Order: sequence, then structure tokens, then C-alpha cells
Amino acid sequence: MAAPVKQNKLIRWIDHRLPVFTLMEHELNEYPTPKNLNYWWNFGSLAGIMLVIMIFTGVFLAMAYTPQKDLAFDSVERIMREVNYGWLMRYIHMNGASFFFIVTYIHIFRGLYYGSYKTPRELLWMLGVVILLLMMATAFMGYVLPWGQMSYWGATVITNLFSAVPVVGNAIVTWLWGGFVVDNPTLNRFFALHYLLPFVIVGVVMLHLAALHQHGSNNPLGIDRKGPQDSIPFHPYYTIKDLFGLGVFLLFYAAFVFFWPNLLGDPANYIPANPLQTPPEIVPEWYFLPFYAILRSVPNKLLGVVMMFGSIFILFLLPWLDTSRVRSATFRPIYKWFFFVLIVDCVALGIVGAHRPEGIWVVIGRIATAYYYFHFLLMMPFVGWFERPRPLPTSISSAVLKGGGRLAGAGATMEKP
Amino acid sequence: MADIAHPAGGSVHGTETSRRDFLTLTAAALGGIGAASAIWPFLDSMNPAKDTLALSSTEVDLAPVQKGQRLTVVWRGKPVFIDHRPDEEIKKAQEVDVSSLRDPQPDSERVKKPEWLVVVGVCTHLGCIPLGQKATDDRGQFGGWFCPCHGSMYDTSGRIRQGPAPQNLAVPPYEFTSDTTIKIG
Ligand code: HEM
Ligand code: FES
Repeated sequence: MAAPVKQNKLIRWIDHRLPVFTLMEHELNEYPTPKNLNYWWNFGSLAGIMLVIMIFTGVFLAMAYTPQKDLAFDSVERIMREVNYGWLMRYIHMNGASFFFIVTYIHIFRGLYYGSYKTPRELLWMLGVVILLLMMATAFMGYVLPWGQMSYWGATVITNLFSAVPVVGNAIVTWLWGGFVVDNPTLNRFFALHYLLPFVIVGVVMLHLAALHQHGSNNPLGIDRKGPQDSIPFHPYYTIKDLFGLGVFLLFYAAFVFFWPNLLGDPANYIPANPLQTPPEIVPEWYFLPFYAILRSVPNKLLGVVMMFGSIFILFLLPWLDTSRVRSATFRPIYKWFFFVLIVDCVALGIVGAHRPEGIWVVIGRIATAYYYFHFLLMMPFVGWFERPRPLPTSISSAVLKGGGRLAGAGATMEKP
Repeated sequence: MADIAHPAGGSVHGTETSRRDFLTLTAAALGGIGAASAIWPFLDSMNPAKDTLALSSTEVDLAPVQKGQRLTVVWRGKPVFIDHRPDEEIKKAQEVDVSSLRDPQPDSERVKKPEWLVVVGVCTHLGCIPLGQKATDDRGQFGGWFCPCHGSMYDTSGRIRQGPAPQNLAVPPYEFTSDTTIKIG
């Protein structure tokens, strides 16, 4: 596969001056990838594709959207009814946010299971958490743009979180709003930032990939590659596997876009914003529900806000909270079960977040919040310390082929030492 | 630093390094301070603009508001609740043991005339608008207002009694311009 690049004269001319082809060759063809990656490794590339889809549909939506409080709602309705294929672009963008989060959450849990945050991938992991925070900010501000009831009151409640900051809290909130309530200045700046942040995400994704390519992908066994017999080139082996995964993913995504475009949304957002009337129930988009549940489970305002943001910031510390040196949970008999309990815990928090904080939901919410923190702050350090991991295979090859590994992918360019 | 004050004191080499260090550090610090101050105009541009700030005041005619009726007016984009309190409501608000409150304030500090309660209708938790302006609304256990968002309950003096809100409903600046009109702001 390597040869054609240098054969074409024009390509050679360009590459000599701007080595983009050498770069692609290096990062795709020569890039050695563990040969045992499973489909959980598909979700990184899916997230990247979702980012591209969001930017593409977003830019076209922006051509017909008006960021002005008296016109915003109507301009979105105009996109839906009058603009050619406006409904399609909006439904792709709207459901795209949900699917972007599904993919990203799976990608993160993959990392948690296979220990992808452990040395030498700490910065890779932390850049990922930065991307998650930026995505959340972007999605939150995007949801404000249609200026429906949920847009308006979601924006009010979330920006008001900052009023919990001692002393300067109210000044911060006024600054965020550019006024004394969520109003036109707020909508304007949210639009500007909603346009900007995805491109900032692109930048951080580049860094994320640079960090990834430094040491290469982790793998389901969580052991390092020992030599060329353990890897295959990314292209064509994983390009084709990722493409197949993309096809399956798009089936689900398209089903929502075309058949249930509003299933994941809140009908209250089709009512224009009314600053004088709070809807009976304020619920954020589903991908924020677990965090909302944490916020509402803590009876103290400041502590609730701190614990909500803390639940994400704690991920930055994960590489140091986990004291086990074994990466993959496959070989960690105790951690493995805690991992599955954490998934149940997060789903429980999501369900709690969708209910009024009354009766049993308060109790479940508090237990689930406490458990979330227990998992990261206590379980992680202690289990790593006393757990006896199962014996690790000597190499990827020996585990995959049950004995003697051969060079895979005959004729392909292999890792150059 | 001593080297710089007394250049003759150290070896020629040592003096030169520390003098250079000093200059580099000062220049970097100055540049840093300069860059940081250049950010201020950008941050401040996001604060409320002059026209937003221009304190609008709202005049309200109270004459048509019957005893027991509640009226909502808009001031600076926020709803203001005006409650023409009946005697039982006033009595309830005055009888509360102030020291038992989360944000202790006697009713007398929150009103200019006991029959008129004027408060900003924004929940001090996360900014929702509490229910209770209509007689048919859920007013919570204390007969004042009930915030549907996270369940804060306010009494007939607009004080926080239960739920996550940390403070009483704010009393806006207002004055009686006649017996039956007030000017808010
Ligand atoms: C990280 C990528 C992005 C995410 C997660 C995201 C998320 C969202 C969400 C959740 C909405 C609300 C959809 C609705 O309920 O109607 C929205 C609306 C919008 N977004 Fe984005 N967005 C992204 C990128 C972009 C980009 C790059 C642009 C380009 C300017 C853009 C432009 C818009 C516009 C104009 C709207 C309002 C129209 C509408 O509501 O459908 N978005 N976005
Ligand atoms: S905003 Fe009123 S209780 Fe939270």
C-alpha cells in the first residue's frame, strides 16, 4: 500500500513541500494497531464522525437561524416548515447530539473497563475528559437556541448554579447573562459560543489523537504490544472494521432521525419561551440526567453544585485513584464487578434525574450519588491494593492464537523500530 | 538580587547571568500583567450593557387589587409578586419564631405596610418562578409560594421555610408614591 504514494509526480511534488501524504501514510498505513481490538474500539472513530456531522449540519442550520429572542423560535419553525430539507438538517443535528453522547459515554466506559487511562495514557484520558466537558457546554448552549420553554428554563436553572459560588456568585450569574434575567444578550452569546466550541473540540481531538498515536491503542488484554507479531496496520484492517461499525450505527441513528425524531426531546420545547411562567417540570436532555440527579440529591445548594461538577472532575484523577497496575478488567476479578455496578448506578441516577425529587426517588438518588463517589474515591484505591489479578498472557499474540504468533497481514508495512 | 544591587560584588559571569535573569523575569512579569489587563475589556463587555443597566422603574396602581388578591408585575425583566395580604396571612407571617428560620427576618423588615407584601418572584434556589399567584395554584405548606422546580416552599412573608433555596424571596427597592400606588426601582 505504501508504494503508490511516491509514484504519482504531483503527489511527490506536493509531499516534498507539504508532507501531508507522508503524514497520512505514517498515521494510517504504518500505524501499528494491536491485532485483537474488539468492537468497543469502534466508538472513538464514531465520535469523530459525529463531531463532523454536527459541525456540517450546524453550519447549514446557522444559515437560516436567527439568534434574537423574538425571532429565534419562529426561525427554527421556519427551518422545519419552509427551508428546503430544513427539517432533515435539524433532526440530524438534534438527534445527533443524543447519539454523540451515547457514543462518547460508551467510549468512556470502554476506557474504564479496559484501564485505558493508566500509564502511559494519562494525558490521553485527561484530554478526553476535557472533550466531554466542552461537549456538555456546547450541547447545553445549543439547546437554548430554539428558545422554547425548556430552552429558557433550562438555561435559567443551569446558569443559576453559579450563584452558589460564595461572595461573587451573583456577579458571575449577571455576567453570564449580560442582564438581570436570561434574555437576548444571553441568547446572542450562547449562539456565538455554540458556533465556536465545536471547533475548539476539533483542536482538542487533534491533541487527543496525537497523544493516542504516541503509544498506540490499548487493547482488550490491556498488555503492551511486544513486537510486530502483535500488531496489524490500521489501514485497511481497522478502517474496514470501523466502517462496518459505522454502517450499523447509522442504521440506529437514521431510524431515530426518520421515524422517532422527537422521542428523545421534550415536547415543552415546542412552546415558545415565557419568562414569566416556569413549566411544571424542568427536565434536562437525557444525557444530563445523571448529573442533574446528583445536583438534586444533595440538600445543600453549594454542595450540590460542587458534587455535580465533581462527578466529572473526579475523572481527571482516575489514573492516580486506581492503584492496580493491571489494565484490563478481564484479569481483575473484583474490579470487574464494581465496574458493572457503576453502570447500574449511572443508569439509576439517570432514572432518578427524570423524576420529581419526592419520596423514594430522593432516597435512591442519595444512595446512588454516594455510591458514585464511593466507587472512585474508596473502591478504586483499595481494590487495586488487595485484589489478586489473574495471570496475564505473555503476549497479545499468544493469547489470540493460543500459542506461537506469526507475522500477521503479510506484505503490510510493519512497525519500524 | 544582591548581585544586581552590587554588580562589583560577584564574578563577572555570575553577575551577568543574574542581571539577565532579573531582566527576563521583570519583562515576563510586566508582559504577563499587560496581557492579563488586556483581557478585562473583553470580560467586561459581557456584563450588562449601559441600556440594560439603565434602571427602569415600574409604577403600579394598587387600587384595583382586592384583599386576598395577588398581582404580578414585571420589573427589570423579572416578575414581582404583590400580595394584598388578608389579616390571617399577616398574622401567620408575624407569629413565626424568627430564630427558627433559615434566613431569619421578621415580617416587619420585609414590608412597608403590613397588608402589602412586595417581593421579587424568583426562587432563590435556581431561579424558577414559584407558583401561588393564582388562588388555584399550589401554595405549599406555608400558604405563600411553592417552587415546582425543586420543591422550595415560602411563607406568607415570602420567607424560605422548606426545600433547597437558601434565602427569602428578595424585597425589591420600592416606595409608596401615594396611598394606592408604588414605584418599584
Ligand atoms: C459538538 C457539536 C455540537 C453539539 C453537541 C450541538 C448540539 C445542539 C443541540 C442539542 C441543539 C438543540 C437542537 C434542538 O432542540 O433544536 C443545537 C441547535 C443548534 N445548533 Fe448545534 N451542536 C453542535 C455543533 C454545532 C455547530 C458547529 C453549529 C454551527 C454553527 C451549530 C449550530 C446550531 C444551530 C444554528 C442550532 C439551532 C437550530 C436548532 O435548534 O435546530 N451546532 N445544537
Ligand atoms: S429553583 Fe426553586 S426550588 Fe430550585
